[in-house]
Amino acid sequence: MNAAIEADGLTKTYGSHRALDDVSLSVEAGTVLGLLGPNGAGKTTTVRTLATLLEPDAGTARIAGFDVVRERREVRRRIGLAGQYAAVDELLTGRENLILLGRLLRLGRKGARVRAEELLAQFELEYAADKAAKDYSGGMRRRLDLAVSLLGSPEVLFLDEPTTGLDPASRATLWNMVQDQVGRGVTVLLTTQYLEEADFLADRILVVDRGRVIAEGTSDELKRKVGGERLEVTVTDRALLEQAVSVLAPLAVVTPQSDERQRTVHVQLPDGMGALASAATALEYAGITVEEFALRRPSLDDVFFQLTGESAGPADTPDEKDAR
Amino acid sequence: MNPALAHGADIAALTGRHLRHLRRTPEKITGVALTPVAMVVILGYLFATVVQVKNTGDTYREYVMAGVFAQVGLSCIGITAIGVAGDLGKGLIDRFRSLPMGRATVLVSHTLADLVTAALSIVLVALTGLAVGWRVHGSFAENVAGFVLLLAFAYAMLWVGALLGMVMRNLEAISGVAALLLVLFSFLSSSFMPLTGLPAWLRTVAEWNPVSAVSEACRQLWGNTGPVSSGSYPVAHPVIVSLVSIGLLLVVLVPLSLRVFRTSATR
Repeated sequence: MNAAIEADGLTKTYGSHRALDDVSLSVEAGTVLGLLGPNGAGKTTTVRTLATLLEPDAGTARIAGFDVVRERREVRRRIGLAGQYAAVDELLTGRENLILLGRLLRLGRKGARVRAEELLAQFELEYAADKAAKDYSGGMRRRLDLAVSLLGSPEVLFLDEPTTGLDPASRATLWNMVQDQVGRGVTVLLTTQYLEEADFLADRILVVDRGRVIAEGTSDELKRKVGGERLEVTVTDRALLEQAVSVLAPLAVVTPQSDERQRTVHVQLPDGMGALASAATALEYAGITVEEFALRRPSLDDVFFQLTGESAGPADTPDEKDAR
Repeated sequence: MNPALAHGADIAALTGRHLRHLRRTPEKITGVALTPVAMVVILGYLFATVVQVKNTGDTYREYVMAGVFAQVGLSCIGITAIGVAGDLGKGLIDRFRSLPMGRATVLVSHTLADLVTAALSIVLVALTGLAVGWRVHGSFAENVAGFVLLLAFAYAMLWVGALLGMVMRNLEAISGVAALLLVLFSFLSSSFMPLTGLPAWLRTVAEWNPVSAVSEACRQLWGNTGPVSSGSYPVAHPVIVSLVSIGLLLVVLVPLSLRVFRTSATR
């Protein structure tokens, strides 16, 4: 495998706080890795370390084969970084922002101008090229920020929560633009809090919490980890709920859970159509009137919540981590 | 491209960015020049008729102008501090740091561009001074040397600002500290009054204050007034003391700021 980003045992502490605790990851060239985790999990610290902005206390990382500490300059030639803040100069126009950064990337005055025009067109900013960036909308700023990060035609692109705070339409536009880059062979490391974003863009996902990697895999693999498909049965009357649970329990892998408010029973069934058919028959036989009978695949939300224990009770969180 | 040339081009590009800012927000100059210009009017015009500097025949207006010019240098601390802190807060410094630039480029460009602001402010103060009747009496070289000295002092103060901006981050806090430094260092100096009335220990402190040395040196170079108090070394040799203290400030501040810059993070 040809790894564009490789990190091994990255550790960074601030006082007694472990921002990164033995983080290792590897991203194949031309693919997208999604770094998923709650606030303060160490996502940004990871990106800043890989982008040569922070030196790790321990561990090593290589970008396109160059060490992020010892060969910082080589790394910087090959990366693009779009941070959380949409780091554009507000007083300069979109075009001026691009030309300035192009010159700093040593494209030359003329080269920077040509590249700026290319990117303005590519990111649909031509109409606003001569407006000061402070007058841009949130989506336009992010697009400009992304355009700036692509000025040097980087091999590796770091996107730190690229769509935080954007409306759905702008988010979709940005996603397409990122995918466009991946299509051109750019390797992307993306941090996000939006599970659908990771689901949509990332080939592989790394879930981090409190500085540690707690799960890794493709979106499907992670979903499978949480368990297979779940059956959701909504009954017509709250009174039927208990009966439904007892009817379905013998068929389920684990004890079914019921939700009073939604009048729903969640059942985890063994794989296969047979189990589904038995569940339907059992309900019918017991005379339970069903409003909705649906098979639901776990979402990344389920994965996230289960792994980080964000919604689980505090008591079972440590157990879960020890098990891994 | 040869590396030295490339660094030069980087500095030119970034300095150009700051100058564009200055052109788009010219009110930035008022942040530096407003107080000194007001001081010229208040001290050089209103007070000039009632204040008489002891032991000299000169008018207060002649005396106080050099002090006001030195004050311009002090008010430069704030502009660089706010500029640098603003870039840090918006993540721009992160972006600059992820580029293959020299590590001094960002701060050098900030200070160079702010030196232009300082120079424009000095011009404004000079014009106001001329309008209220202040004149220079030195030779051409001496007159120019006085202004060059002021610029050198302002440049050192800009590096104080760069360091302050990186350490403090918070724009309101920076404004407060910069204002405090301005008041403290300009009033604990011979900018606005001869130091003869101070208790001995405080007088020694004030005499060695670079602001005193710079304003005294300008006074001497411009022939605005003779030395008011005699005896101590800084009063007798203000030009040397100014140059040495500016040099010392830069020797300490520049490497220190670059060090802080290397590790400064956005949050």
